[in-house]
Amino acid sequence: MKKQTKRILNICIIALAIVFLYWLNANTSKQGMLVAILQKSAILAIAAVSMNLLNGFTGLFSLGQAGFMSIGAYVTSILVIPAENLNGIYYMTGVNQGLLNFRMAMANCPPWVQSFFPFLAILAGGLAAALFAALIGMPVLRLKSDYLAIATLGFSEIIRAVFSSPQMDSITNGSYGLKSVPNFPEMAGGLIPSLVTPFLIAAICILLMVLLINSSYGRAFKSIREDEIAAEAMGVNLLKHKELAFTASSFFTAVAGGLLAMYMRSIEAKTFSIALTYDILLIVVIGGIGSVSGSILSAFLVTAGKEWWLRFFDTPLYIGTWQAPLFRTGFRMVIFSILLMVVVLFYRRGLMGTNEFSWQGIMRFPQWFRRKFLKRKGAPPKGGDDT
Amino acid sequence: MSKTILELNNITMQFGGVVAVDNLSLHVDEGEIVALIGPNGAGKTTAFNVVTSMYPPTNGQVLLNGKPIVSNHPHGKMKKMYAGCDRTAYPDVVTYTPDKITKMRVARTFQNIRLFKDMSVLDNVLIAKHMNIRAGVFSAMFRLNKKEESDMHESARALLSIVGLLPFQNEIAGSLPYGKQRYLEIARALATEPQLLLLDEPAAGMNPQETDELGEFIRRIRDAFRLTVFMIEHHMDLVMKISDRIYVIDFGKQISKGSPAQVQSDPAVIAAYLGEDEE
Ligand SMILES: Nc1ncnc2c1ncn2[C@@H]1O[C@H](COP(=O)(O)OP(=O)(O)OP(=O)(O)O)[C@@H](O)[C@H]1O
Ligand SMILES: [Mg+2]
Repeated sequence: MKKQTKRILNICIIALAIVFLYWLNANTSKQGMLVAILQKSAILAIAAVSMNLLNGFTGLFSLGQAGFMSIGAYVTSILVIPAENLNGIYYMTGVNQGLLNFRMAMANCPPWVQSFFPFLAILAGGLAAALFAALIGMPVLRLKSDYLAIATLGFSEIIRAVFSSPQMDSITNGSYGLKSVPNFPEMAGGLIPSLVTPFLIAAICILLMVLLINSSYGRAFKSIREDEIAAEAMGVNLLKHKELAFTASSFFTAVAGGLLAMYMRSIEAKTFSIALTYDILLIVVIGGIGSVSGSILSAFLVTAGKEWWLRFFDTPLYIGTWQAPLFRTGFRMVIFSILLMVVVLFYRRGLMGTNEFSWQGIMRFPQWFRRKFLKRKGAPPKGGDDT
Repeated sequence: MSKTILELNNITMQFGGVVAVDNLSLHVDEGEIVALIGPNGAGKTTAFNVVTSMYPPTNGQVLLNGKPIVSNHPHGKMKKMYAGCDRTAYPDVVTYTPDKITKMRVARTFQNIRLFKDMSVLDNVLIAKHMNIRAGVFSAMFRLNKKEESDMHESARALLSIVGLLPFQNEIAGSLPYGKQRYLEIARALATEPQLLLLDEPAAGMNPQETDELGEFIRRIRDAFRLTVFMIEHHMDLVMKISDRIYVIDFGKQISKGSPAQVQSDPAVIAAYLGEDEE
């Protein structure tokens, strides 16, 4: 396909997406469910791509996502909760005086400066996580495969324990969590409405990660994934590049955490338990380990499936007056797990494998479909099903 | 006499009770092709791994251009188990990570080919070019190093065309036939701009004609890139034809050395190889 055609198609898709987002913005009241699901998907897409950067592209099996997200979420929340609400939220133990003073100073800035604060808060969350990752990376990244997974999981739980500990009460409000986190900020004086912000940030983050993956450093990451010994023999400094991948991944994971706090409007340490890491891992595995577009696609499919399409199974179903069995709260998760097993069994490499989205791929799809499903019917039977 | 590039002094590598390399001393001079031969399990690959710092030797020293790059003496639990000699000769401990050794311009290939199998042929070579990158992460991300990147591509392609793999540059490395994979490994090693090239059984799995071509090829790159070549090889025709000197080891110990003619007629060598049916 010609380069120009591809460019035109790309522009069309982006334009359509933008039009769609502004349409959503105009119809927020009617499309509340859709908005919520798409926003959550976009946030999880950042987390999934950054997990993929580590697991899929650098071959480092890390399970610290929830921990880094909590760093992002807490730092961002502490910096964006309106200063006047602070005393109300920390009613149990009172706010740390230094924090309160800092927030007062922030509140006294001119309004145009204040409009940048939410973004700076998200950035600060990312940087805090990156710093933490750089520190724990030095010992942890020397570990191999399973041990690395266990160590990162451990650190993730430690972070959670620290955030909810009584000693941190005056900063993180311990086990009570933080409330009144404002919604996503708008950009460019309302030109980009609050609703669109998470999508824009997700797009920027994912673009940055793709740029990193496609750079010479990204090639070095992949060489580590393929064969550490050979990579080292080719002059790739293992620790330096692992540290780089780990820090970058943690930064973007924390950005996702900051956005998640704004999405949920209140956070508590429980939100960032291992279950969150598994949710993200699930998205990565379903999308294909080593495929950015797979992770994005799967973030939307999994979130929509879990929160929306399968809701149907949770409500009692009546056919006439007969109530179908099984249809009750929780059944949706059973169906979801079954679907998951099907994917893992039949698409072992995920929806996309290690391939990326491409227009050629889309164009080839009808051909592929015909080959896979239609031809088989016409083919002469070859005794036995195991061909 | 020309200058010595690589020198091994009393290298002993002991894995628990197994002495894989036993008090090995040798030298490789500039521009030479030197072969290291010996029966299976003689400790040849282990010697290479010590030179490239994949693991520290139990005792001994490796010099590159007269400068120690590896040096160790028995310590820890090896203090008791050490079965070699000269345990006090190397008081200094010198270790680098393998990538540092590569940066000192020592490149290698592997006996059991270790390509980046799921990456393209071109990418395999480009990775070896990464170590000299001047651009930082951010400038590389935003392609501010366009010139550098295109230089990297250009020299990678030049190397591929030398090994005859340019037409396959976009293929997946793991899909190449065996012989071509060996050449790709050499191209990748050359991309690190070595002064010393270590080849671990480059002709393994090749037929006599391919082996002949490989011999010619090794000589050609030695001259073109002004290399010093140190290789392990089992194909005796190849070894006898292209080596300037040969070291023979058995059970980790050096049993003979000299020109191909000298080694071929050495009774110790014949005895060591007698039990071997494949030679
Ligand atoms: N990492 C290790 N741990 C324990 N023993 C090892 C290790 N590496 C090698 N050995 C042992 O050291 C001895 C020498 O092995 P090496 O691979 O160096 O032989 P080689 O001369 O390269 O043989 P080949 O011709 O089969 O390649 C063998 O007995 C092997 O089992
Ligand atoms: Mg060997």
